[in-house]
Amino acid sequence: MRYEAPQDVEAAVRILAAEQGAYVLAGGTDLLVKLRSDMIEPEVVVDIKRIAGMKAITAEDGGWRIGAAVSGAEMGEHAGLCADWPGVVEAAGLIGSTQVQGRATLAGNLCNASPAADSVPAMVAAGAVVRVVGPKGTRDVDVIDIPKGPGKTTLAAGEFIASVFLPARGARSGDAYLRFIPRTEMDIAVVGCGVALGLDEAGKVSAARVALGAVGPKVMLVDTAAEALIGRVLDEAALADLAAACSAAATPIEDKRGTVDFRRHVSGVLARRAAVIAEARAKGEKA
Amino acid sequence: MSRIHVTTKINGDETEFLCDAEATLLDVLRDELGLTGTKEGCGTGDCGACSVTVDGRLVCSCLMLGAEAEGREIATIEGMAAGEVLHPLQKKFIEMAALQCGICTPGILVAAKSLLERNPDPSEEEVRYWLAGNLCRCTGYDKIIRAVLETAADMRRAS
Repeated sequence: MRYEAPQDVEAAVRILAAEQGAYVLAGGTDLLVKLRSDMIEPEVVVDIKRIAGMKAITAEDGGWRIGAAVSGAEMGEHAGLCADWPGVVEAAGLIGSTQVQGRATLAGNLCNASPAADSVPAMVAAGAVVRVVGPKGTRDVDVIDIPKGPGKTTLAAGEFIASVFLPARGARSGDAYLRFIPRTEMDIAVVGCGVALGLDEAGKVSAARVALGAVGPKVMLVDTAAEALIGRVLDEAALADLAAACSAAATPIEDKRGTVDFRRHVSGVLARRAAVIAEARAKGEKA
Repeated sequence: MSRIHVTTKINGDETEFLCDAEATLLDVLRDELGLTGTKEGCGTGDCGACSVTVDGRLVCSCLMLGAEAEGREIATIEGMAAGEVLHPLQKKFIEMAALQCGICTPGILVAAKSLLERNPDPSEEEVRYWLAGNLCRCTGYDKIIRAVLETAADMRRAS
């Protein structure tokens, strides 16, 4: 195996495109585990952290561009990002321990393509768009279109994610992410749910995005859940409809961490709770 | 395959080493540099025994390549005491018997020091969450958590 730390995107793309067994290294919290357990045998590992911008969080068009190598800990320390997208920051902050937080990244969590990735439903709910660089140039892709299935992405050979863009939050809007795990810390989501809401001046839901994780081969954006909320105040009836839509949309497997029925039920429960938090945030309340 | 030449700073000292591309920072610390205070527990980032700081950030050295250390500042357990003078956390851990077999202890001390540098007055909950990635199979954690809280209180009084 070779180790390369190119100084610019073009050089990184050249190396990645030239070799079959080339892997991107940002935080390394998944890559190093796979490397050491012989799940992968890279020809070359391309460390992107020496490329300008990869460690930066920058304001852009009212939103935030987060470099591919920005860690969860760095996101959690960024006041502007925490104020605008607390759900995304909290979701990223749930990944692993303090030590893992020091290295793990949004882009890595997305490209690892685990169906249970915590940050991904939060990013999908937020309408996040990733900037993909590759041999054919640069393209912007909705986060939901990156995972193809467990462990698989839609990225082509030589491509990698250079940054994640979280759009302008908008007035009277807020987001939240909740997951269920059987313990209180350091575990993999049995169900995860991200909700982003916008309210009109009367306090009715004018925009909604609801995403579920760990209940299908990849993250899902639940349009029926959003439709259940649009034009309504978040009363008990609206929340019940939201929960029912999420439980119906979930297509979980049954494994040692949860049964199909349990995961379907929890999908609805988490959606309700996350929606209540997102609404409070949209109203400017602490939540 | 030629080895990679890395220049870094470890516990304040300019350090150069050669490593293979596959070598983790943990491998380098222990096998190249003889800094065996940093322990390997799981090797997969779950147990925290290999905790070090890189540019002041707490990480698992088993989840970082040695080559990535180029130009960085690393701090390990060996840099915690000032010569023979133990760090207040080290003293308190001995005083309160906050260790048994000791394998997890260097990682826990490095992690706890990193917490107290950021937050000199953590709540018990904050200490427990911060150290959630440091596993100890002997103590049941209670003595460790209390030792960290008491050290924090002592250090606040002293400053």
